[in-house]
Amino acid sequence: MHRFANPARFLRLAALVLPWSGGLTVVLLGAGLYFALVASPPDYQQGDTVRIMYIHVPAAWMGLFCYTTMAVASATALIWKHPLADVIAKASAPVGAGFTFLCLLTGALWGKPMWGTWWAWDARLTSMLILLFLYFGHMALVNAFDDPTRGAKAAAILALAGFVNVPVIKFSVDWWKTLHQPASVVKMGGPAIDASMMLPLLLMALGFTTYFVSVLILRVRAEIAGAKIRAIRLMQVHGQG
Amino acid sequence: MTGFFEMGGYAGYVWPAYAAAAVVMVGLWLLSLRGARLLEAQLRLLQESRPHRRRTAGKRTRPEEATGADA
Repeated sequence: MHRFANPARFLRLAALVLPWSGGLTVVLLGAGLYFALVASPPDYQQGDTVRIMYIHVPAAWMGLFCYTTMAVASATALIWKHPLADVIAKASAPVGAGFTFLCLLTGALWGKPMWGTWWAWDARLTSMLILLFLYFGHMALVNAFDDPTRGAKAAAILALAGFVNVPVIKFSVDWWKTLHQPASVVKMGGPAIDASMMLPLLLMALGFTTYFVSVLILRVRAEIAGAKIRAIRLMQVHGQG
Repeated sequence: MTGFFEMGGYAGYVWPAYAAAAVVMVGLWLLSLRGARLLEAQLRLLQESRPHRRRTAGKRTRPEEATGADA
């Protein structure tokens, strides 16, 4: 468990992973965009608006994935006092917020021509908006204290309490009658989506995942450097520099 | 090619979705990269002005010199 707690070990691993995750992101998103915009057919009902799906659905998955990462990291930080776990939770939040925002925005852009409205207060949309506010709350709380460890602890509790929203989002389309369509990829009996549309969807989703890994590494590196700078300054203040 | 940009009449919905994704993702990437580089450069500067205690125990920099890297 504590093998990667050592920042030096993490930094070595990160230096190894980053060129690969960054390169993969470019390749996957490049191929994903080609299939999403050029080499896939328009939907027989939704026309070319279906291409919004290749951003919207992976962004939604990543909104949930980043939050799950944040919640697992927060639990690890609270239970095992793992120093790197707090840093990973803090670094995940802005990326998750970015994806959740993109999901809501592209959803509105898709909803207007297909449902006739930008927004509806239905269960799926509302629970996704709550997810965005949970991210904002986490980002505000983590920086709200002079002592970073107190901020991290408060934010970790928020992340865990807010995790209840993740299954609510996932199953909202089954539990309530919503305007939003039910799951068509991850469902019983296999996906109900044509292979020509599944390919760009998977490429974009994988590209978003490697993007998340890459940005997470950069943000964790910044946090580690920041913590070391704080430690050196503290020693200088106490006359040990 | 014009058909491609028209997106079957839905250009006003499809392209803004892709543009927003590009702006958010490239922007967050650049901000994160810049943050990591800035802080790591700052840390190197601090560490260079404050040599490792064990190796340079004899000729340690005085604290007022070490704090000079704050700027």
